[in-house]
Amino acid sequence: MNTPLLEVEKVVAGYRPDLPIVHGISLNVGEAEMVTIIGPNGAGKSTLIKAIAGVVPISSGRVALGGRDITRLPTHTMAAASIAYVPQTANVFTTLTINENLLVGASSLPKAEAQRRIELGYENFPALKDYRHKKARVLSGGQRQMLAVARALLTEPRLIMLDEPSAGLSPLMVSEVFQRLKALVETGVAILMVEQNAKAALAISHRTYVFAEGRNRIDGPSKSIAEDPEVASIYLGAGGRKR
Amino acid sequence: MLQALADGILSGSIIALGAIGLTLTMGILRFANFAHAELVTWGAYMALAVLGLTGAFLGPIAPFSFGIPLIFATLVAAVLTSLLALAIDWLVYRPLRQHTNHLTIVFGSFGVSLLVRMVILLIFGGAAQYYSRTLQIAVPVLPGMRILPDQLFTLGITAIIVVGLHFFLQKTRLGLAMRALAENPELARVNGLDTRVVVRWTWVIGASLATVAGVLYGLTVQLRPEIGFHLILPLFAAVILGGVGNVFGAVIGGLIVGLAESFAVLIVPAGYKMAVPFIILLAVLYLRPTGIFAGSVGGAK
Amino acid sequence: MSGFAAYLVFFLIVALTYSIVTMGLNLQWGYTGLFNAGVVGFFAIGAYGTAVLVGPDRAQLIGGFGLPFPVAVIGGMVLAALAALIVGLATLRLREEYLAIATFGIAISIQLVALNFEALTGGAQGLVGLPRPLFELFGSPGAYNMFYLCFVAVIAILVYVALEVAVRSPWGRMLKAVREDETAARSLGKNPAAIRLQVFVLGCTLMGLAGGLYVGFIGYVSPLDFLPILTFQIWAMLIVGGSGNNLGAIVGAVGVWGLWTMSGLGISRLLPVAYQSQGGAIQVILIGLLIVLTLIFRPRGLIGETEAVSRHTR
Repeated sequence: MNTPLLEVEKVVAGYRPDLPIVHGISLNVGEAEMVTIIGPNGAGKSTLIKAIAGVVPISSGRVALGGRDITRLPTHTMAAASIAYVPQTANVFTTLTINENLLVGASSLPKAEAQRRIELGYENFPALKDYRHKKARVLSGGQRQMLAVARALLTEPRLIMLDEPSAGLSPLMVSEVFQRLKALVETGVAILMVEQNAKAALAISHRTYVFAEGRNRIDGPSKSIAEDPEVASIYLGAGGRKR
Repeated sequence: MLQALADGILSGSIIALGAIGLTLTMGILRFANFAHAELVTWGAYMALAVLGLTGAFLGPIAPFSFGIPLIFATLVAAVLTSLLALAIDWLVYRPLRQHTNHLTIVFGSFGVSLLVRMVILLIFGGAAQYYSRTLQIAVPVLPGMRILPDQLFTLGITAIIVVGLHFFLQKTRLGLAMRALAENPELARVNGLDTRVVVRWTWVIGASLATVAGVLYGLTVQLRPEIGFHLILPLFAAVILGGVGNVFGAVIGGLIVGLAESFAVLIVPAGYKMAVPFIILLAVLYLRPTGIFAGSVGGAK
Repeated sequence: MSGFAAYLVFFLIVALTYSIVTMGLNLQWGYTGLFNAGVVGFFAIGAYGTAVLVGPDRAQLIGGFGLPFPVAVIGGMVLAALAALIVGLATLRLREEYLAIATFGIAISIQLVALNFEALTGGAQGLVGLPRPLFELFGSPGAYNMFYLCFVAVIAILVYVALEVAVRSPWGRMLKAVREDETAARSLGKNPAAIRLQVFVLGCTLMGLAGGLYVGFIGYVSPLDFLPILTFQIWAMLIVGGSGNNLGAIVGAVGVWGLWTMSGLGISRLLPVAYQSQGGAIQVILIGLLIVLTLIFRPRGLIGETEAVSRHTR
């Protein structure tokens, strides 16, 4: 691999500066690479991607995208910096219509361009088009995840970060979401996701990082991680349970 | 009876204009702003000051008691009131937002309300003032119901503003951004919205509507430094009655509060009129704390 | 007693009475994070309740109970607690701001009742000629005032000690839990709304107690003693002293009341009669500035920067 797309170096982050949750984590994601983060509860997985997205403050360390330092960019400029972030819960505006959700996601674009990309989004996610003037609150969990991903793609990011895309979905829905993500990677977008559903995530991602208690533990190709007996012991050691 | 209906709708529409601004700021900035009602007073007095500077350079437009000068003064006052709101936000609320207890900012607004009220008293004095000394003749609308032309104007302008604001929230990018921010500020930022810009526009809209409410109050009643203090409770009652963040709800809530006040005077001594919004507020909180129309900015939740 | 000493005694009695109100507010805001925007209302209920219960029989007025002073004060406290219960039950399970709005509303309503319900409250004239407790035992007003100062001081100390014991008890530690981490408090099996209600009612009862003591001292009630500005003054006393600090509440009450009295004297001496009302506005602006500037620059208070206070700000 050449220079990675996303470089995270020794990042310390937390909601309060005196109470860091992430204690110096490093990772990288290559172009068009799919990377998974797993680990027991309290490992700092979600906090790390929130910190990269600028939602949680970073107290030290460095984040760069394509060589450009984005460590302290304001959250709302991340989209323009080619990073999209899909939160786990509350990932759509339930009081807005599907179309309005997409319009908010495209608000940094000129109006005509926004409209063009929204129509493109409907072509990729035809299910959404039927509901375009319905409030997003009527959507199922899987449809909301699709809407959130379609929204994230509007700004044509080079990296999409997802926080537990499979949470609360039926097994059928999980495999559909993961297939869409895999297809996305094939179009050249890189993906960094946090997953509780380790088995399914390991099966489709290229590489995996295992975190525990806010620190890096193991990383490597997903295949070897899936077979690594130490992973199970990390889950057990932290009192978490493996799924 | 009919006169009480007319009076209630009139004062209700002024309450509604103030309540729209308050419901927007409460929905988007997420705190109960005790100083919002003082923006109404400030706007009314700024218009008076501008009118004093320009003089009545054109005569009144019949049948109203005012003309272009007051309309011009209102526009300038809206700018001045927006500047005050932005200055307060920057000087007081911005530093207080860091506190974990978000009531600290409510406390700050409580202190600011006192300051604004007293500064107005200091500059303009405590005596009642008027935009115009022109006497108007009430027009009989129905048997037993007479309305001044200025009062009809008040109703008309309120209706226009409500409809205009509805279209603004539904059809423009800024309106959409405001609705998104009201539901989920973090997701709004993740979506690429610069929430600081949206917050600034929220202040400008709230302050401008407060100015219009203040000028209409001054036009149909009189100007006193206590206008805002007496409006604090009616505005909160209207906002909570209509559902916090719900513009349409704030309008209905304002009309209900105005009507309840004017009808209550038929039953209880006028001295208790100011307690009516409190009774409404308690009733709403006990019976239906989300308001009649629960909701976020611009629509039902 | 010299004029100044007599004035000092008078000043301290009022300041210590306000310190009891401030400690009540401190329990609500400093320890539990409840915003009471109608402090003056609960103080007024205690005062009017005491006045009506202690007052002798007289024509055209409801009341004439002529109860002993301690009983009347307790009656006033019960009334303040009831008012707190009405507002608290309506709001404490809802958004925190609703308590602020509702307390503001009840204070306005109480002011209207005081002004308009003449048969009970005497209206704008108020109720005058109320008996002052044990007044006949003392030969001179000066001696009586000394006694009353000691009496109020003892009560203030008792309130202080009781609150210090309470906030250090398991119940008091729960207040912090409720304020800082509602979910954690709930998971411990505590009902945060119920604890908030207890604190709110207790704080308002203390404000009612102070109202009763105030009436016992001045011997009359008048709506002019219960204007909305008093709420702001009490808040200034609390925040200057440092919220979450009972000693700070007492020091803040004496300090702010001293500043207020002196600035009032200064304005009446220095300003020409024509500008007196503006002078009053400046005095109030100073209170507003004191609140806002302390909040922004010294959120832990001007005086009581103790460890107990810091809990509130972070």
